[in-house]
Amino acid sequence: MVLVPISGNAAQAYAARLARVAVVAAYPITPQTSIIEKIEEYLNDGTMKAQYLHVESEHSAMAACIAASAAGVRTYTASSSQGVALMHELLHWASGARAPVVMGVVNRAMAMPWSVWTDHADTISQRDTGWMQFYAASNQEVLDTVIMAFRLAEEPEVLLPAMVMEDAFYLSHTVEAVELPGQDAVDAFLPPFVNPWRLDVERPGHLGGLMGPDLYMEHRYNTARGMERALALLPELEEEFRRRFGRDLGGPLNLYRTEGADAVLVAMGTIASTAKDVVDRMREEGHAVGLAQLRVFRPFPVEELRELARDAARIGVVDRSFTYGAAGAAFTEVCGALYHAPVRPWVKGFIAGVGGRDVTPAAIEGMFRSLLEERGPEVEWVDLRKYAHATEVNVRG
Amino acid sequence: MARLTIPREEWMKPGHLACPGCAATLAMRYLLKGLGPRTIVAIPACCWAVMSGPFPGSALKVPMIDCAFETTGATVSGLRAALDEQGTPDVTVVGFAGDGGTVDIGLQALSGMLERRTDAIYVMYDNEAYMNTGVQRSGATPYGAWTTTTLGGKPERKKDIMAIVLAHDVPYAATVSVAFPEDFVRKVQRARDVRGPRFFHVLTPCPPGWRYPSERTVELARLAVDTKVFPLYEVDGGTWKISRMPPKGRSVREYLDAQGRFRHLTDEDVVRIQEDVDTRWEDLVARATPPS
Amino acid sequence: MTSRWPLRRYTAASQLPPVPFGTSGTGAKASWRTLTPVILLEKCTRCNQCWKFCPDVAIDFDREGWPVIQHEWCKGCGICAAVCVPGAIALEREG
Repeated sequence: MVLVPISGNAAQAYAARLARVAVVAAYPITPQTSIIEKIEEYLNDGTMKAQYLHVESEHSAMAACIAASAAGVRTYTASSSQGVALMHELLHWASGARAPVVMGVVNRAMAMPWSVWTDHADTISQRDTGWMQFYAASNQEVLDTVIMAFRLAEEPEVLLPAMVMEDAFYLSHTVEAVELPGQDAVDAFLPPFVNPWRLDVERPGHLGGLMGPDLYMEHRYNTARGMERALALLPELEEEFRRRFGRDLGGPLNLYRTEGADAVLVAMGTIASTAKDVVDRMREEGHAVGLAQLRVFRPFPVEELRELARDAARIGVVDRSFTYGAAGAAFTEVCGALYHAPVRPWVKGFIAGVGGRDVTPAAIEGMFRSLLEERGPEVEWVDLRKYAHATEVNVRG
Repeated sequence: MARLTIPREEWMKPGHLACPGCAATLAMRYLLKGLGPRTIVAIPACCWAVMSGPFPGSALKVPMIDCAFETTGATVSGLRAALDEQGTPDVTVVGFAGDGGTVDIGLQALSGMLERRTDAIYVMYDNEAYMNTGVQRSGATPYGAWTTTTLGGKPERKKDIMAIVLAHDVPYAATVSVAFPEDFVRKVQRARDVRGPRFFHVLTPCPPGWRYPSERTVELARLAVDTKVFPLYEVDGGTWKISRMPPKGRSVREYLDAQGRFRHLTDEDVVRIQEDVDTRWEDLVARATPPS
Repeated sequence: MTSRWPLRRYTAASQLPPVPFGTSGTGAKASWRTLTPVILLEKCTRCNQCWKFCPDVAIDFDREGWPVIQHEWCKGCGICAAVCVPGAIALEREG
């Protein structure tokens, strides 16, 4: 077993290389840039063979990826924040076209105001577009999940694009020990992409013609079924992954010490990995707490959450974004999943880490304590510096 | 029967949903006659996106993909990259977009495609407005033209797409006309042999949008060329060649009078248009060789 | 009259391909016409201009090269009559 110290961005690039992507179309944006720079290094030294399109915007990047996928080759791109937002109409396009594009997203806050730090608003905003969504909490997970994403996306019963998220700077630019799978093992797990609906002069057809009200709903239904199938297929694919690479990915809801827990926190990204340390410490102190890392946001793991609810008396959900709805997006979806659960725990939502605010172990402990004590409000903004009036903004901090 | 002067075989099916008398369909018909079956066409939002379907129909005998409005240039780059990776370099990639989808919303992606030297053909079929959405003005609408968003006539002049394209140093660019199918097909066949980004600008008169009876489409296309409003020329490897010398003494008024969208023009407007046309023609003649 | 390129009809989600990929024809367009072109063979010189300029690919040739209007597809735009040099195409009102 060989462990190398690489950043989350390098892990993305390495996974794309291992997956033998044929076309990469990408546009630079902080903090994604080292992904495309690493890919360029691989292309330059010959360790990767692909067509790289230096597109003039993220919107064009996604357009080129959809086209290349429609022509029948494996494609990859990466972006962040404004770039993902710029792609928005094409994210709908890709899922409707059933194009299994994989995109790495370095989660970064949305302007205004301008920010480069981590926040999930960019991809949470895209949860309605029909893309599968995975949130990684370590660089190993970034690499493994990109490879898994290609496999799942290209399954004939799924045929949906996928985005694999990593927190800006905490993962993208932080070096962690990662085991690199061998090319042969990846080739065995990820056979060549064959698109039976590709654009082919031998079998001409029209991809994407106007679809009337008599058929559009059925197409959408079929796409929704594809998303369901992804969740159904995931356990067997993860089992195959475990056999080939020796790592258990943990399913859509990766449970950590949740057996008999009085309070469980559900979180995505690096908040989850920090929370595991807090769980260990609090358990040592005698508190029955646990962590459920939400790895797969789309398709949303309803059954897994209902199963968790049987055991956990109190569930808190951390959103690293705020979406102006009744509450944070993940919290709202968890509540939706739990409404019809046989057992409904006490629930609370937390808004934390927005705009790159560090989510400290102390803050996480505070969240657990508020759960254990069943302390309101229903939605709590964590570590917020409250200013009663603009003139009170203290630049010294 | 007289000898056929363009290829016999059709790569466009009958039964598309175009308006009667649509020149854009003639443009596609001649383009595909020149390129043949090993062609993939990308079509953004435009009249052709509607004409080509609806699902599950296809008006073409070659593969076709609908792409988002802004993205023709990027889609074409993606297709080319995929085909090159698959080892089918002999399949021609074509982007077939309207004027709005090229000079306005699609300009960025076109510029990117040209700068990247994508090996593909881009055809802008120009009916001089957003016709698919009901005749709203575009950057390609000419000075003085009525549209639903320029009821008094457009005050600005038309964007010069050929100049924009040529600023990218492309190996081949040409204007073609549905009134001159032999010239059209010849240029397409020439372009097919050139590597790198190739561009065609075809003026496609539109009966409902330009306000004229449908049977005059080919006549209007010819008038545009013969009154020098739409000269036929090509720029092949940097060499400018005029394809057809128009007959002398044809005033733009002939062209303008045939269309309801110019009905409100004053004499001053017509003079201005004539001056503009003459200046541009003189510039062209100064830098181009006449037809052989 | 059955169309050579009929428009395929789908009636259930299970029939739809997962990808919106269509290979069917587009259906006949004869109903769009108000005027029908009629070839006056005695004036026709078989110059094939009508075939050349038909936007709807609705003119074909018989074995001797005489133009034949494909009425299934013709929309009655009148371009063929307009480009016909000897005036061998008449446009008649649809019945």
